[in-house]
Amino acid sequence: MKVLLANRMERCIGCHSCSLACARQVHKKFSWSMAGIRIHSSGGMTTGFEAKLCVACNPAPCALACPTDALTQREGGGVKVKHSLCIRCGACAEACPVDAIYLGEGLPYLCIHCGRCVPFCPQGCLELVDEPDKEAALAPECAPFGHMEEQ
Amino acid sequence: MWTQEHFRVLHVDLTARKSRVLEFGNPVDALGGSGLAAALYDEYGLPQEPAHHPDQPLIFAIGPLTGYYPLMSKVVCAFKSPYHEQYAESHAGGRMALAMRFAGYHALMITGRAATLSVLQAGSRSMQIKDVHYLRGKDVFSTGKLLRSLTRSSDSRGHRSIIRIGPAGEKGSSYACINVDTYRHFGRLGAGAIMGLKNLKAVAMEGDADFQMPGGKAYAKIYKDFFQKVTATDMMRKYHDLGTPQNLIPLNELKSLPWRNLQATSDPAVDRISGETFAEELLLRQTACAGCPVGCVHIGLLRQQFAKDHEFLYRQVSYDYEPIFAMGSMLGLDAASNVLVLLEETEKVGLDVMSAGVALAWATEALDTGLISEKETLVPLRFGDVKGYAQAIRHLGLASNDFYKTLAQGSLVAAEKYGGGDFACVLGQEMAGYATGEVYFASQATSFRHSHLDTGAYSYDQKRKEQDTDAAVKFLVEDEQGRMELCSMVSCLFARSVYTHDALQEALAAVELTDMADNLTQASANVQQLRWKLKIATGFDPHAVKIPKRFTEVETWRGKIDETFMWDVQKNYADAIMKMAST
Repeated sequence: MKVLLANRMERCIGCHSCSLACARQVHKKFSWSMAGIRIHSSGGMTTGFEAKLCVACNPAPCALACPTDALTQREGGGVKVKHSLCIRCGACAEACPVDAIYLGEGLPYLCIHCGRCVPFCPQGCLELVDEPDKEAALAPECAPFGHMEEQ
Repeated sequence: MWTQEHFRVLHVDLTARKSRVLEFGNPVDALGGSGLAAALYDEYGLPQEPAHHPDQPLIFAIGPLTGYYPLMSKVVCAFKSPYHEQYAESHAGGRMALAMRFAGYHALMITGRAATLSVLQAGSRSMQIKDVHYLRGKDVFSTGKLLRSLTRSSDSRGHRSIIRIGPAGEKGSSYACINVDTYRHFGRLGAGAIMGLKNLKAVAMEGDADFQMPGGKAYAKIYKDFFQKVTATDMMRKYHDLGTPQNLIPLNELKSLPWRNLQATSDPAVDRISGETFAEELLLRQTACAGCPVGCVHIGLLRQQFAKDHEFLYRQVSYDYEPIFAMGSMLGLDAASNVLVLLEETEKVGLDVMSAGVALAWATEALDTGLISEKETLVPLRFGDVKGYAQAIRHLGLASNDFYKTLAQGSLVAAEKYGGGDFACVLGQEMAGYATGEVYFASQATSFRHSHLDTGAYSYDQKRKEQDTDAAVKFLVEDEQGRMELCSMVSCLFARSVYTHDALQEALAAVELTDMADNLTQASANVQQLRWKLKIATGFDPHAVKIPKRFTEVETWRGKIDETFMWDVQKNYADAIMKMAST
């Protein structure tokens, strides 16, 4: 089971390419918000950026809060999402401890750990790792500009 | 969202405190960006009224590819300039382009004058004008901090753009800039003063809507191709690596870097303010405009000791080639950290950094030659003396006395009053940072934005083999038309090698704008023509262009300036402009 980690956000340049790629590829939207990963400014451009994304809780409070099984626990952390079952109550977003769920027209948008955003980060901030290797990603190596070439 | 039927424009009337959404124009003909801005000014502008007329529109426009592709990340700001009373444009990156895109507008047009100092806050489902009289006189940084709190919504951080002015804009300096998201600017011809005249301290735009993706697989493939080109090849590497300051050493070696009010074009001290020195000693990090993976914005770390016992302030100051020229070589500074000191001061007051630096260089020489005294300048100005310049920038931004009030209207305005027109480095406006030769000087003095961004004339000077007037003018006209395509999309011009004419057509077709793709050549020619028409309708006479004596005294790598050739290029270029504007 793979998990998307954003452990190298200190490298982030705020280009939003990851977020736009997720919206485009995963959710088939042209959007800044309907994405599993959203880049926020951590207090103006002078102080850098932070990623809002699912941190793969296990058990996941959002899935536990969902009354219709639109969100269900994924083995190894995180959740599976089925929009057709969603009644747009917003309980999942409220339950998320890290504000990683965006409600677009009431539907939840969150990271499903597919990793399709990773090649679009030019700084190597993101990584899709096997869940047991999660801790290894805490020691980032340098990734030069041109990261995509190395994927 | 981008239909082929009309543009969607948010028009805000500050006098009436009302807004409306216009369905305006024809995108196939006007494209967007420069073309859309010109079409809006053509319809709503008051060419015969002065720039400070409250009903003059202040226009911000994005393009049909904004957000769809990497580096389609700029906004065109159009207005009648208080500097020369002509139709003008300025372009900026930051987050505003995507914020406008995701707010659902192709343009924002502001007319009228608010009763009190105000901030305009808009999104896809919101529009408010708030009184912020308490921000009067606040510098750009403290204004930004307060506005972030004032305009925050639940999910806006990072998806919102705040543009604002400082004291210079409120005071009406002819080269007050608009600061965009801290590190980018609508600079040069006084867009900040127009905001000030409208009693508009800031605009906060929130990109909070979403749209359907264009159909078909072509878009995904083309996006990936462009992304690969700009991140995984060397095409854009220099912009990310040293950034534009990489140009300092090569231009200095070519005798094309202005030093000390253009008294020299080369100096061994370049090593102390070069891109390499900035990168090795001061570079803190790179950052990017939203939608651009290149990260060309270079942020330097400035440490300043303010008390004993090792007490320091730290500042994050963005730097680029031309700010380093204007507040570095042009003022004879030979320490990179001192350049950051001046850039920081200029940011605070909200002046265009290039214009301010060149104006202070003129003032320094005027003081040195006795045309003015410290009674006027209030502080000693000497090439290389950072302390005097730091204080002078504050005086200039605040228009502290008659002298600074006059200098804030431009070096030539000051020279008319005090003398020294021969050494005022003005080519339509305070010069840009290239002293490459005759074609560039003629081009900058005459061209639309009086900037190095209208054409590649600075590059043409470096490559040309002979003094061929016809070839030079042909280059200027054709190169400008090519740039009209990019400036209507609105792409960062750093990507001009990626977004060729054919690539743009392909990109447009992939997002289902095939009519626009098919009409791109004709439409960009129309945009070029309309812009010149507007500039001439607002008073520009290309045949009346003057090039101050200092530019004829310069020695470049090609040797002494050939005045005959320079004036031939200028005259023939002026003819070509008049022909374009009259057809």
